[in-house]
Amino acid sequence: MRVGKVFRDAFRSLFRKPVTVEYITKPGKMVPVPERFRGRISYDRETCIGCLLCIRVCPGGVILSTEEGKVAFNISRCILCGQCAEVCPKGAIKLSSQFEIVTYNKEELTIK
Amino acid sequence: MIERGIEKEVEVEYTRLRIHFGPVHPALKEPVSLRVFVKGEEVVDVDIVLGHVHRGIESLAEGRNLAQALYLVERICGICSHSHTTCFTQALEEISGIKPSERALYLRTLIFEMERIHSHLLLLGIMAYEVGFDTLFMFTWHVRERILDLFEKITGNRIHHAMNTIGGVRWDLTPEMVKELDACLGEIEKSIKYIHDAFMDKTVEKRTYGLGVLDHSRAIKLCVVGPTARGSGVNIDVRRDHPYAAYNDMKEVFSVILRKDGDVYARTEVRLLEILESINIIRMVLDRLPEGSIRPEENIFRLMRKIQEGEAVSLVEAPRGELLYFVKTDGKGGLRRLKVRTPTFSNLACLKHVLVGHEIADIPVIVASIDPCLSCTNRVTIINRENGELNVVGMDTLRRRVRKKWMQ
Repeated sequence: MRVGKVFRDAFRSLFRKPVTVEYITKPGKMVPVPERFRGRISYDRETCIGCLLCIRVCPGGVILSTEEGKVAFNISRCILCGQCAEVCPKGAIKLSSQFEIVTYNKEELTIK
Repeated sequence: MIERGIEKEVEVEYTRLRIHFGPVHPALKEPVSLRVFVKGEEVVDVDIVLGHVHRGIESLAEGRNLAQALYLVERICGICSHSHTTCFTQALEEISGIKPSERALYLRTLIFEMERIHSHLLLLGIMAYEVGFDTLFMFTWHVRERILDLFEKITGNRIHHAMNTIGGVRWDLTPEMVKELDACLGEIEKSIKYIHDAFMDKTVEKRTYGLGVLDHSRAIKLCVVGPTARGSGVNIDVRRDHPYAAYNDMKEVFSVILRKDGDVYARTEVRLLEILESINIIRMVLDRLPEGSIRPEENIFRLMRKIQEGEAVSLVEAPRGELLYFVKTDGKGGLRRLKVRTPTFSNLACLKHVLVGHEIADIPVIVASIDPCLSCTNRVTIINRENGELNVVGMDTLRRRVRKKWMQ
């Protein structure tokens, strides 16, 4: 009874499209992410008013205040919860759709 | 430890081995390390050692404010992250008297049940893998992938949803999502029936029937929770006994699945059928979803200030069983004490009883059946006590033995 079912499934699988998706690293050809996806932080320095509310809610200690009264982000500690973007009164912090955060260059992990 | 329960003569007659199972796995709060004493192939005694990856989350949370702690407790578990935040926010809401809107409660329930589906599918896959049924393992995890994609669409992340906030939820459902969720549920229901058929197969039956039996009275005595208890016929479910979120309205929609046998198969079947119940609940949530706002108007700082000094105990039914939080706030937006009792912690105690009398090859299957962190069992050290010889046996070798046993 089982054998027939197995053969039917095996035969069907031969002509099916593979479930896995190829991982392409070229920009523009990457796997699309949904709209609400929380990726690497993007920071608009001009609109930031330096209220420092984001520092008070950040669970990872990512955000540091700078001498000019703005903030800097240490991305390597970020847990991508999106709370800073939520409390920002001016919308200067956003979580982009960029999911490849790993880098060889340490400077790239700081956003100013 | 070694002398316990075994006569001296036995020691002389047989070579007894101590096998180390475990312990490190970062995803669970309680990584398990098992010291299994064997006589030949038979397990005679088991010792459970806890505390290998103690991350000190409770203490960490005490030094942070409530908004930060909310995301910290989510990191306790990588599978039932929503259960932890729900439990935490429930306690805070009880202290402060902030009432989340109906829609927020329904959305919490929705994510909760989706999480249950994905957690149970994960375990079913692991069970199939331990039994030696790799095709079924891949099929199960393929089904699970659909749920994870939906999570990403609704909440923005596959595992750590960050759905809850004090007094509500952060993300709302759009009509397209409802449509997609509905279509996905139909597919999953069909796949679950297929998986159920596959678990009825002779392969699985031979490897799981009558294995690791935990009878009713012992289950009550050891205070096991969740599907492990329900597989032994203990009728407990926090969703029914102490309804939270929107489960009060869902009482007639779901039933508590019970099995009398208490063996590995019963525990697996309970989880399998619970997925169907979860699908029913999700359908009802989508049907009855009330209108309204999903979170309070005030920002998180105002809400934090609203929470006065006080303490609360909160319960939820996580995928693995009852999850308990004790929260004590200091009235200045911080925490004075946080205590977490996760379900696996209660369930581990029963391992000592269910493993005794079985063979070494059965250990992975039995340990998997209570749904702990499986990577804990990644390697095994066999020490020959006679000459102190060390012999490391990997999981692969164990699996090969499992297969060999089945072939005979």
